[in-house]
Amino acid sequence: MTGGTPIIAFDNVDKFYGDFHALKDISISVREGERMVICGPSGSGKSTLIRCINGLEFHNSGVLTVDGVEVYEGSKNILNLRQEVGMVFQQFNLFPHLTVLENLTIGPMKVRKASREDAEETARKYLDRVHIPEQAEKYPSALSGGQQQRVAIARSLCMESRIMLFDEPTSALDPEMINEVLDVMVELADTGMTMVVVTHEMGFARKVADTMVFMEEGRIVEVAEPEKFFTNPESDRCRAFLEQILEH
Amino acid sequence: MILAPDTHVPKGRPLPQPPRASQVIDSVTFSIVLYAVIIGLIVYGAYSGAQAMGYNWQWYRVPQYFYTVTDDGFQWGEIMQGLVKTLTLSATSFAFATVLGLIIALLRLSGLVVCTAVSIGFLELIRNIPLLVLLYLFYYVLGPIFGFDRYTASVLTLGVFHSVLISEIFRAGINAVAKGQWEAATSIGMSKGQAYRYIILPQSIRFMLPPMTGEVVHMVKSSAIVSVIAVAELTTIGRNIISDTYMSFEIWFTIAAVYMVVTLILSFGVSIVEKRYAVSQ
Repeated sequence: MTGGTPIIAFDNVDKFYGDFHALKDISISVREGERMVICGPSGSGKSTLIRCINGLEFHNSGVLTVDGVEVYEGSKNILNLRQEVGMVFQQFNLFPHLTVLENLTIGPMKVRKASREDAEETARKYLDRVHIPEQAEKYPSALSGGQQQRVAIARSLCMESRIMLFDEPTSALDPEMINEVLDVMVELADTGMTMVVVTHEMGFARKVADTMVFMEEGRIVEVAEPEKFFTNPESDRCRAFLEQILEH
Repeated sequence: MILAPDTHVPKGRPLPQPPRASQVIDSVTFSIVLYAVIIGLIVYGAYSGAQAMGYNWQWYRVPQYFYTVTDDGFQWGEIMQGLVKTLTLSATSFAFATVLGLIIALLRLSGLVVCTAVSIGFLELIRNIPLLVLLYLFYYVLGPIFGFDRYTASVLTLGVFHSVLISEIFRAGINAVAKGQWEAATSIGMSKGQAYRYIILPQSIRFMLPPMTGEVVHMVKSSAIVSVIAVAELTTIGRNIISDTYMSFEIWFTIAAVYMVVTLILSFGVSIVEKRYAVSQ
């Protein structure tokens, strides 16, 4: 997929946690409808990178534009922007005091001011989409990890976001549940959603990614199409990393 | 869990038994007996001490202060009126303390330097003044300046004093909610206020209920202090009755028992609420 306007653009972005330099001079852009997969060793800044996109963290210098809006701490547009950017977390972060259905409707009802009927209709549509329509009335604690993560995906979809961010969505799952979540993500990719995914699931990456990104120590080391990325990466560090995680 | 059928005989060697003495000490019967003996000794001590003083017990005169049935019909006695006053005073003060406590906790957690400083300043100021002195300040100093009566002074004193304790309960409860909940709420576009209202506070309630129960009980008990400025609550009524009748032993025992009954009922009620809340999670 080439062409298209960038919907996310990092321009010389730097981020510090105190003295720790978490993101170093990041410049990269994501086009509308593009699926980008980011990988790299832990502590390489990949989570920080995607958490900057919806302002869960704020960068310290450079320009970050998402959906035509500049993201910076104190921006008045940040709440509106977050409605356009869904996020799925490693630890699911479902609301334990609400049922599955309420988890899905609370955002649309309280943030988008949708009516209960509309919100529930949308919620049931997306529960169907993630293949767990029968769990609507249960509390999250009654669901398996894989089901919880699919609810979390549906929760983001209910906001009718245009961009979906995934922060290691399968890392906290038992092995037998990883595929049910990845399947949902592949189906989502097929709908043309713009996705930025931090993951080490290289099978998934090969299947859906338009662009592969390798990060190390806060820098983007390699950006390539999957074919080239997996067969002939330019940097030695990326090659070494891929060898390590693909060995098994 | 269903255990092995009766016919099953364990093949392994039985474990060594704990020493006989510790078996006896750990038993429920032993605890009950010990408790009964201690309480018995205390009651006997008080009774025999009073006998030795030649104290004239007049328990028969106590019930009239709870209620009387005369030709005019049934009437609540002074102690019950005092109890009602104690309860309304506690309830009003607790409501005030809860609202103020929540504000202090939110200021403290706001992350804004000024708000945090204000809340810590208030907290340390109130926490380091004895309750009695605080009451005097409100009644003898602020009361005349702002023109409020003794009941208002009592509500303000108790409310302010307990608000700092309650704010710490709120703060702990809010902090006990996982950070991921904030992030999830934020990521679906909720403002800070919405996240507090719909996501964080509902979850922190179950962390706050147990210490809040303690706070309610504490409030009912500390409300007794307003008897020093003669607000007609339970303790004041007790003092008044004694000054009329000289039955100090009977009345103080009775007043203590009334406080105990009220606080036990409160604790029991809240423990039921807690259980229901735990189930619905």
